[in-house]
Amino acid sequence: MKSFDELSLKEIVDEVQDGFILGIPADYSGVPMKFTKELIKKGVKNLKLYCLPLTTIQGDMLIGSGCVSEIEAAAVTLGEFGMAPRFSEAVENGKILIKDSTCPALHAQLQATEKSVPFMPLRGVIGSDIQKHRKDWHVIENPMRSSGVREEPVLLLPAVQLDILVFHAPCSDRNGNIQIGRRRELATLAHASKKVFVTVEKILDIDFFEDELSAATCLPALYVNGISIVKNGAWPCALPGVYSSDNEEIKKYSLAAKTKEGFGEYMRYYL
Amino acid sequence: MNLDIQREELLISQLADLLKNDKHVAVGAASPIPGAAALLAKEEAKFLNKRLRVTILHSNKYNNFTDGARELFDCAAQGRIDTFFLGGVQIDGQANINLVGTGEYPKIKKRFPGSFGSALMYFVVPQIILFREEHSPRTLVKKVDFISAPGVSERGVYRPGGPKYLLTNRALFKFNKNLQKFSLFKINEKETVKNLIKLTGFDFDVDNKISQMSNPNTNRINILRNKIAPMVSEFYPEFANKIWGV
Repeated sequence: MKSFDELSLKEIVDEVQDGFILGIPADYSGVPMKFTKELIKKGVKNLKLYCLPLTTIQGDMLIGSGCVSEIEAAAVTLGEFGMAPRFSEAVENGKILIKDSTCPALHAQLQATEKSVPFMPLRGVIGSDIQKHRKDWHVIENPMRSSGVREEPVLLLPAVQLDILVFHAPCSDRNGNIQIGRRRELATLAHASKKVFVTVEKILDIDFFEDELSAATCLPALYVNGISIVKNGAWPCALPGVYSSDNEEIKKYSLAAKTKEGFGEYMRYYL
Repeated sequence: MNLDIQREELLISQLADLLKNDKHVAVGAASPIPGAAALLAKEEAKFLNKRLRVTILHSNKYNNFTDGARELFDCAAQGRIDTFFLGGVQIDGQANINLVGTGEYPKIKKRFPGSFGSALMYFVVPQIILFREEHSPRTLVKKVDFISAPGVSERGVYRPGGPKYLLTNRALFKFNKNLQKFSLFKINEKETVKNLIKLTGFDFDVDNKISQMSNPNTNRINILRNKIAPMVSEFYPEFANKIWGV
């Protein structure tokens, strides 16, 4: 028996159900754009995007296409190409719920799930309006006698479990281990997700665990439910170490998506 | 060589001056000018036989981290980052910053990207430099509409870090933590204090050592244009192309 499941992109897309909490990788850690395109085509609804810690064109497209009801993020932006227009408009019109957060809190909530503990403490944040509006966050006094400052207020964040995570990676080995390099936040996301699917540029006929270097930079197959070979799967986003982002295309999107009509036209061409 | 100093080059030079005592400078999202300043300061530190580490979050090359995106925050919380840069849609007189939007939250009028990591970084990095190019009553306000991260904290809150400076394209302010107030420290040669009072939405003090922003010298401009510009194009290609045509 093969040591992992090789799937079609459609099979991965079919795993995503309406209302799921979907893990979203940042623009520097392998955005699964081909998958996103198919997801939009399928017409999935009411997704809750959990961004670690931000999203760019992927989130903006999903929101503009009406697939999203809620998003938890530290930022939604097109980076050098300005604001994420579909996101901004959806928030301004109250079409989606935004759970405003901050990067380390988004990491910590998944780290709690990694450890299977109900919450994770974090310093900072206290006194901000982010904290004020997050009714699911709590401040306690440090109960420890031997560490930190006695009675110091400390923020507690709930553990968050994702229903599904999909990201794009350069390659897997013959056993289904995924090369993630230094993008360890992908491991955090995977550890905190019920199901994990990965699109890859290629599957190599080697074993990452035979070499210390490649063993240390992979996500073990035990966390992965299925892999699909998708060439150029992050385009127009970058796949770090393999190809850079197609800035012309992202610029084109950023201009088109400024209006609802322009976005619609762009998506007809893109899909 | 054309020594007409561009506005961005002056700002990069001003920021680089503030990094001279640092050992580790980190640069976050959407920050081409701070990124260029950090790399310039690193290059200049070499001439003084000093080691300055620079971590640019959006670069693969100029990046010291291997433990994923959370390492920036863990590293900062451990006190291993001396300077970090933050911006704001609005910045107010108590150095509160707003990266979320204008209007009354959550029914905001104009939505911006979001708070990024500011709500931790502002608390733990000893020297936070606020940087916002636009100096106007709509960016520098009396009170921000949303506090992404507060300028000062109540007693008892863990807060080794906080705001030290605010740089705009017209002026450099120092932040006085005890008075909870900015003080005007340097001004652009084309500016007057009178005009800055008009363009600033909050009250500020004027430092008794106030001076003009000095232009970068030929040596610094050479390093910036010949050495730093191509480095910046790795992580901010649009910016590097616009300013230096590289």
